[in-house]
Amino acid sequence: MTQHTRPEPLTMFDKIWMRHRVLEREDGQVLLYVDRHFIHDGTAPAFEMLRKRGAAPRAPERIFATPDHYAPTDTRQSAEIANAEYRGMVESLERNAAEFGIRHFGLQDGQQGIVHVIGPETGLSQPGMLLVCGDSHTSTHGALGALAFGIGMTEVAHVLATQCLWQRRPRNMRITVEGALGFGVTAKDVILHIIATIGTAGATGCVIEYAGSAIRGLSMEGRLTLCNMSIEAGARAGMVAPDEKTFAYLAEKQYAPKGAEWDAALARWRALPSDPGAQFDHEVMIDAASIAPMVTWGNSPQDALPADGVIPDPMHQDDPARRQAMEDCFAYMGLSAGMPVTELRLDRVFIGSCTNGRIEDLRAAAAIAKDGKVAAGVMAWVVPGSAPVKRQAEAEGLDAIFKEAGFEWREAGCSMCLGTNGEIGRPGQRIASTSNRNFRGRQGAGGRTHLMSPAMAAAAALAGHIVDIRRVQGAA
Amino acid sequence: MEPFISLKSNAVPLVQDNIDTDQIIPARFLARPRDDDHGINFFRDLRFDANGQEIPEFPLNRPNWRDARIILGGRNFACGSSRENAVWALHGWGARAVIAPSFGDIFAINAVKNGVLPIMLSADAVSALMAATIADPEAVIAIDFPEQTVTAPDGTVHRFEIDPFAKRSLLEGLDELAFTMTHEEDIAAFERRFGRDNF
Repeated sequence: MTQHTRPEPLTMFDKIWMRHRVLEREDGQVLLYVDRHFIHDGTAPAFEMLRKRGAAPRAPERIFATPDHYAPTDTRQSAEIANAEYRGMVESLERNAAEFGIRHFGLQDGQQGIVHVIGPETGLSQPGMLLVCGDSHTSTHGALGALAFGIGMTEVAHVLATQCLWQRRPRNMRITVEGALGFGVTAKDVILHIIATIGTAGATGCVIEYAGSAIRGLSMEGRLTLCNMSIEAGARAGMVAPDEKTFAYLAEKQYAPKGAEWDAALARWRALPSDPGAQFDHEVMIDAASIAPMVTWGNSPQDALPADGVIPDPMHQDDPARRQAMEDCFAYMGLSAGMPVTELRLDRVFIGSCTNGRIEDLRAAAAIAKDGKVAAGVMAWVVPGSAPVKRQAEAEGLDAIFKEAGFEWREAGCSMCLGTNGEIGRPGQRIASTSNRNFRGRQGAGGRTHLMSPAMAAAAALAGHIVDIRRVQGAA
Repeated sequence: MEPFISLKSNAVPLVQDNIDTDQIIPARFLARPRDDDHGINFFRDLRFDANGQEIPEFPLNRPNWRDARIILGGRNFACGSSRENAVWALHGWGARAVIAPSFGDIFAINAVKNGVLPIMLSADAVSALMAATIADPEAVIAIDFPEQTVTAPDGTVHRFEIDPFAKRSLLEGLDELAFTMTHEEDIAAFERRFGRDNF
């Protein structure tokens, strides 16, 4: 190691990484200590792995559980889940949590929700923390200035047993979005624009720090949406430096530090942002004014275009393999080259998910829904991201607006984002969705997903086809 | 975990870029227990039609490729969801190695923990292997893991990189959790130092 007379400027990532370093292995992988381990109702195999070796969770007080993937959104009674496999997943989480003394936000708890919604909302996710969860959208929690990795099931078992995770040091990427966002442009549009720009593998092996005036201007919930989809650009994690907005968001939250501990935490958190002159392995600059409200057309989140755009032409692809892949995608999605995306007629609309299931998302959707009725032949769902989001929306009368307009108002869970609980579209159905992935079959075999923001999805529900929110009267 | 030493096999080409883990195993099969045969659901909706009939054109269904133990993938193979079931399905189907220009990060991590070797070669090298395999479905690719080489059917040798620890784990079938447990004292010392100040 070279000795430096002055400390090197560090990135926020560097600071969190170094603080959690337990030891380093011969191959350079580092054993990191995990502050918070979130587990959901897909975690049963990890507990089985633990049992097989007679191990138990090392630090149950650092583990928090909630059912979301298999949670039904039409009932809060696990006994009423018709599918025995799904019911088994929800019940096994409850059993495992009880056996090992893990705090479990169950279906009837009042704090249940999608794990990436309730982490921030309870104040469990905090700046400077190292968080993991067996779900790729764990990157969400980075919005608070935390380092949050999605991990596999064997790794979940490893973290349960040791409270530690081996990681190869990722590269640092900074994506700077400068300027003012245009009319109708939300955090969802920013991240879809970024993914369309750098590609779905554009940040593979990297941790992204989002920076710039447009990012600082986003609300905390907008930042959560942004960081959520970092994985869709291939990133290991996404983060935003904590600022006064972050601290105001966390103050008074249930699990946030209190009193003198809050003051101490605040002092630590204020030192987290990347130092001036800190070096990033990759830098991407984006002009906020160039970002339009976005819609995806294909089966990868990078297949995104402005809402006033037209479906691209495969004949413009030089690479024959890519041309063929695009033609296959067109056949699956029922598309033709040159077609305006606003001509795509819809069968279903899904507003919810860890990407866009928070209160601000529901407010934005309700602001559109209050002026109309869901188009004939469209089935539109609103699935709050958590039980507290649902209660808050009901206190504000948003549920009444949605129901009056013809939307179904459901209980909290992952629901149609990936359909693990059986809530899926039928083959051939075209779905406007505020979720994060438009993969083939993601929302049910044969389903055709178009990703967009909550206001765009609500407007699409009323129109019966995809719309450009900039052309909707009264849109915020 | 079963050790991985070396492998000689023909290989099945899946030429598309960005094949995601929802393709590799659809979400409706994720509630199945770990010990189930997940191989039957490997690429389920591309292998079988809605009536459960095989789709003959899909590469995994071609007679010559049914017994292949190597998969050739496009860029960003197995991106998306962290579902380890994607590796369990691939392993259950019979594959033991995937050669691609790049991988989804989480898949590559999950693979080595389940005895599956993810090999990154240049896009050109992978394209050449795919071309050779399409020309002759029985063409054999040889993976020498200790030497970290892939030998193409025409004799071209490609070297690949792998973390030394992942290599040792795969070669010896080593259990990472058991290894970490040998560092229990380090973890305990860290906990004493770290304390509760993140609560």
